[in-house]
Amino acid sequence: MTLKEIKEILQAEIICGDDRLDEEIEFAGGSDLMSDVLAFGQPGILLLTGLTNAQSVRTADIIEAKAIVYVRGKKPESEGIELAKKKRLPILSTQFMMYKACGLLYSHGLHGVSNRHEI
Amino acid sequence: MKKMAEENVLSQKFEIAGGDFSKAGDISTQVKEILQEIGINSSIIRRAAIAAYEAEMNVVMYANRAELTLTITPEQLHIKLEDEGPGIEDIELAMKEGYSTATDEMREMGFGAGMGLPNIKKNADQFDISSELGKGTLVNIIIFLNQKGKE
Repeated sequence: MTLKEIKEILQAEIICGDDRLDEEIEFAGGSDLMSDVLAFGQPGILLLTGLTNAQSVRTADIIEAKAIVYVRGKKPESEGIELAKKKRLPILSTQFMMYKACGLLYSHGLHGVSNRHEI
Repeated sequence: MKKMAEENVLSQKFEIAGGDFSKAGDISTQVKEILQEIGINSSIIRRAAIAAYEAEMNVVMYANRAELTLTITPEQLHIKLEDEGPGIEDIELAMKEGYSTATDEMREMGFGAGMGLPNIKKNADQFDISSELGKGTLVNIIIFLNQKGKE
């Protein structure tokens, strides 16, 4: 599934990285706990989170996430947006809450990370 | 910040400020960028970046200051973190997944779940930690370069 399709499914707003909507996303994970993301996140993951501080972007960059979706209409702090631009990490924001955002993507065929590494 | 290049050895020191959440992660990002510039295997870079980031967050959350030394030889990558701070009373307990002394502020940052030290160990090939109460903690993370990655 491309980031563009994800944007449409989640009726999301692009905060940055609109030049990377063709990026193919193969799996996703949702968490507000960066400790868990660091422990179980896999390279290439689409991270759904409600945590808006710069650490959310930093963590996504460290684990080599492909993009971040902020749920419940949240947007990252400006410092996070600057970092995401620098790291060319696309950021989306959806009005849906975490459960619904994950459920919508899953029902459209976007799977979670494998069981062993599930978050 | 000092950069010193001897024959086939790169060593660089970084200063991490305790309590400075706004900059938390800066040093790990720099470490990651250096490893990328050198052209180290991406799976090793990822493990080193995660270990460095967890260790850096620990300094930001708990210590007053720390010095991170990154040393790269043809055989291995060594991240040494020496902090000045309260130290860890019971290292065995601190190494347990889920054990944490984090404050609410730290948890609001998305950290403090008691996963940091176990995750550093998981990503390292060799890991040791020692601590002196009231003085500080020393962490050594070694990742071998002559491998395709641990995962």
